[in-house]
Amino acid sequence: MDYSTDLLNALVLITNYVLIPSISYGSQLALGAVGVTLVFGILRFANFAHGEMMAFGTMATIFITWWFQSMGVSMGVFPTALLALPFAILITTLLAVVIDRSIFSFYRTRKSPPVTFVVASVGVMFMLNGLVRILIGTDEIIFRDGQKFLIKAGAFKKMTGLSEGLALKQTQVLTFVLAVIAVMALFWFLQRTRTGKAMRAFSDNEDLALLSGINPERVVLVTWVIAASLATLAGVLYGLDKSFKPMVYFHLLLPIFAAAIVGGIGQPLGAILGGYVVAFSEITATYAFKKFIKYISHGDFAPEGLTQFLTTEYKFAVSFLILVLVLLVRPTGLLRGKVL
Amino acid sequence: MSYLIGEKLTGGYGGADIIKDCTLSVDKGEIAVVVGPNGAGKSTAMKALLGMLNLRGGTVKLDGRDITGMSPQQRVAQGMAFVPQNKNVFVSMTVEENLEMGAFLRRDDITETMEQIYDLFPILKTKRRQVAGELSGGQRQQVAVGRALMTQPSVLMLDEPTAGVSPIVMDELFDRIIEVKRSGIAILMVEQNARQALDIADKGFVLVTGENRFTDTGEALLANEEVRKSFLGG
Repeated sequence: MDYSTDLLNALVLITNYVLIPSISYGSQLALGAVGVTLVFGILRFANFAHGEMMAFGTMATIFITWWFQSMGVSMGVFPTALLALPFAILITTLLAVVIDRSIFSFYRTRKSPPVTFVVASVGVMFMLNGLVRILIGTDEIIFRDGQKFLIKAGAFKKMTGLSEGLALKQTQVLTFVLAVIAVMALFWFLQRTRTGKAMRAFSDNEDLALLSGINPERVVLVTWVIAASLATLAGVLYGLDKSFKPMVYFHLLLPIFAAAIVGGIGQPLGAILGGYVVAFSEITATYAFKKFIKYISHGDFAPEGLTQFLTTEYKFAVSFLILVLVLLVRPTGLLRGKVL
Repeated sequence: MSYLIGEKLTGGYGGADIIKDCTLSVDKGEIAVVVGPNGAGKSTAMKALLGMLNLRGGTVKLDGRDITGMSPQQRVAQGMAFVPQNKNVFVSMTVEENLEMGAFLRRDDITETMEQIYDLFPILKTKRRQVAGELSGGQRQQVAVGRALMTQPSVLMLDEPTAGVSPIVMDELFDRIIEVKRSGIAILMVEQNARQALDIADKGFVLVTGENRFTDTGEALLANEEVRKSFLGG
């Protein structure tokens, strides 16, 4: 076999195991991190309950999906969950608003310091955590239906004659497309609409926003609607791509916070950037490069070990490492957000 | 009776009283300037007029109506505009967006008002797509005044508009403020640059330790021997 075939194989290998998974995982983290960053920008606290909000939204989607399936409703090649998503977003938004009105608004009227809000959000996190486990249980649930693959590894091999296969799941494409649409809609809203601009003004300078007659309660309400919608979308896309498990969603909080801080907290664009940075780092650091090295060295050099920086069990160490590095070297984040 | 009047205002931020029996007033088409040494309670007296202070005594009247019980936001809706000394622009937003936010309460067409502000501050028109945080100090002050004028207020209150700008920019800003006054707006201004401010003032208030010491026309205060010696440096 000539060297160019080896290089092509190496490229396919990296695309299949690093590039495509990173883009879909990165998009999911980005959607979560944008929600965290928006809440931080407007309400000025780090919302620890965001991961649980994702879990709650996904749970609602699963219940509605099951109900649709039991009635024989489906979307053909697309997952039924997409049909359930708008209803789940509505329910999660309602939950977020109820939590804000009953818990966070109490501290807002008292003008409590941010750390009080953070601790209150930890309480909300545990509450939702329990609620989700009571309602749907702790087991892993796969709720994906419809067509699984757009490109199958075997078919790709046959088509190209390469020894490495490339698989593209429908959920990966769906994740990326829906994330792009959601982010574009969000930016259009923030840049072009009256309410969106009011949100940016409020985040920029609260006192001056009040002097300009911007209604703070309305801004807060809209922020929760957006945060809950994005959390549900992120949770459902993650669950479709992999599976739903309450514990995993609880763990997602760390890479999401890392993404928000890496990008510059309070900066939506930074959160998106941060999502991809964290996803790429995590997947690259836990990928075994053995085969890749064999291909690019044309078989001359084959490492004995797996050439893997970290086993996948340690993938959260990557988020921690990035978090610590950013806070040490550039605490404002890549896009100069507020310092936490 | 004056258009805006705060009579015998007494109060502070919760602890001791910072202003005592302090009276300030301004009429439409008039510039009133509040001067005095550091810590005299100049800014505090102005904030009392806007309702940003816990008042223990005194009343604030706008156009004859008692507005003492209103929140700052309600007073803004009643036609009072305020330019704070610090953080008076949205630094991450463009000049045009700053002006739009100023007009947030208005539901009618704001393009005409915006044109008027661009006529008043031509530099803002050329910089209207630029982020306010990137502007010079003087240009930022123009954005801040422009933002406040977007509500088409009847009273404009300025807290040290010339703090930190060069003397040339200061003269320029004062010229613009006179222009605003001629359009029939009442202007109340707290100033460190007492001499220059009294020069353009129709009315001046000299505050010392939260109390009125002298109240007269700008001209008379500048001519007053005692005021000159104690507060204007001779």
